[in-house]
Amino acid sequence: MAISLKISQNIKSFFLEIGELSFFAIRFFKEAFTKPFEFKELLRQCYNMGNRSILLVGVTGFILGLVFTLQSRPTLLEFGAVAWMPSMVSISIVREIGPVIIALICAGKISSGIGAELGSMRVTEQIDAMEVSGTNPFKYLVVTRVVAATLMLPLLIVFGDTIALIGSALIEYLKGEVSFLLYFNKVVKALKFSDVLPATAKSFFFGFAIGLVGSFKGYYCKKGTMGVGEASNSAVVYASMLLFIIDFIAVFVSDIFFEI
Amino acid sequence: MKKYNNIQSVLKIRELRKSFGDNHVLNGFSLDLYEGENLVIMGKSGSGKSVMIKCLVGLLFPDSGKIEIMGNDIADLKQVDMNILRMQIGFLFQGSALYDSMTVRENLEFPLRKHKEMYEKKDELVVETLESVGLLSAIDLMPEELSGGMKRRVALARALILKPKIIIYDEPTTGLDPITAKEIIQLMRAIQEKYNTSSLIITHDIDCARVISNRMILLIDGVNYAEGTFNELANSTDKKIKAFFK
Repeated sequence: MAISLKISQNIKSFFLEIGELSFFAIRFFKEAFTKPFEFKELLRQCYNMGNRSILLVGVTGFILGLVFTLQSRPTLLEFGAVAWMPSMVSISIVREIGPVIIALICAGKISSGIGAELGSMRVTEQIDAMEVSGTNPFKYLVVTRVVAATLMLPLLIVFGDTIALIGSALIEYLKGEVSFLLYFNKVVKALKFSDVLPATAKSFFFGFAIGLVGSFKGYYCKKGTMGVGEASNSAVVYASMLLFIIDFIAVFVSDIFFEI
Repeated sequence: MKKYNNIQSVLKIRELRKSFGDNHVLNGFSLDLYEGENLVIMGKSGSGKSVMIKCLVGLLFPDSGKIEIMGNDIADLKQVDMNILRMQIGFLFQGSALYDSMTVRENLEFPLRKHKEMYEKKDELVVETLESVGLLSAIDLMPEELSGGMKRRVALARALILKPKIIIYDEPTTGLDPITAKEIIQLMRAIQEKYNTSSLIITHDIDCARVISNRMILLIDGVNYAEGTFNELANSTDKKIKAFFK
């Protein structure tokens, strides 16, 4: 009885949180399109997000390309299809693996960072101080971070995908003596508009989800310093979950338009 | 007790009530803050002092009651008008609440962004205000490089930079050593004299109340339990009042 009560309470609080997040998103759209615009802060946030994540995304992409190629090589060799390696790797990475893995890495890095930063600003009354001084803290803190994440994630994903392909090309060069030029020629030939466009489009949504969840968790952080940790942690969990949901919807929609 | 019959009230609270679930924090609190006055509010922890000042600046919404700031009923104000009114109020937070990603200069410039004319003279204003709190040398430091007393001074400068009519101090000496606390109290007096502001001071510090108050209100169980000058209340025979002055 007690367990079922707890489960029903958890389900209720989950849906309540979804509702609050939806209101938060509506407020974001209202504030994002009204003046004044905080361009200076937006640029600062873009720089911070890109700068703080680029190394992690680069290393992850490189290892992803290396491992993926190394693992696939024996199977393709068995079927005499190793010449298909650049096509297979590029399509898999650009369409699905690259955006999802890099977005998950960024959920850990960016979303938790926003959650912790805004959370600590909330508990130390810095957000209240902004409000009292007549500034709109939602516009200054939340809108700039969500827009910055939405703009920066596609760039980080393109960068990560490119590094992953370089990693893959390196393995092909070392193991199959395929030149970089030949490898990338095959990559360009294999990739179609219908591979690149849906992947790029969904990466904007990934960025939006990462920025929005991190900001939501941090902005409404409670329970003092313990709450900051919780905000940061749950920002990663919720953002990651949301990424998979968005990915599913994106694949479903692109299947309708591009017949994958 | 000093009479304020001919002096204009800049802040008026009537029958303010606020509850959090079954916890009734404010049960009909009222006050008048007059022009140029230093009004001290004392009360035990959890007596509703912070809730009251958060209602004043619109960070919390009261369940009922009326708050009038310089003749404006804040319940009737739109968000834009409330933000304009907020520029007339300086707020010194208990923990200073400095923006820790900004330098001292940027902290002081931040409230000016919404005030076009003042923003054009921002360099001049920042220097002038920092000079008045004696911290011009810290202009390019980050908050993490400042001591507790310095942070409180910078926060005070930030509260002052828009030249507000009212300053609200939330426990201005809490967490400071006695010497620094004394310096902050002297600074508050100097500022009051220089800018002729009206001050609402929430404090537990008897020394602070004695030095700075023109008038005091004791907030007990969410209502004004007693009101008077420091000496009137200090000499009271009421047990609950005496407990504050032990």
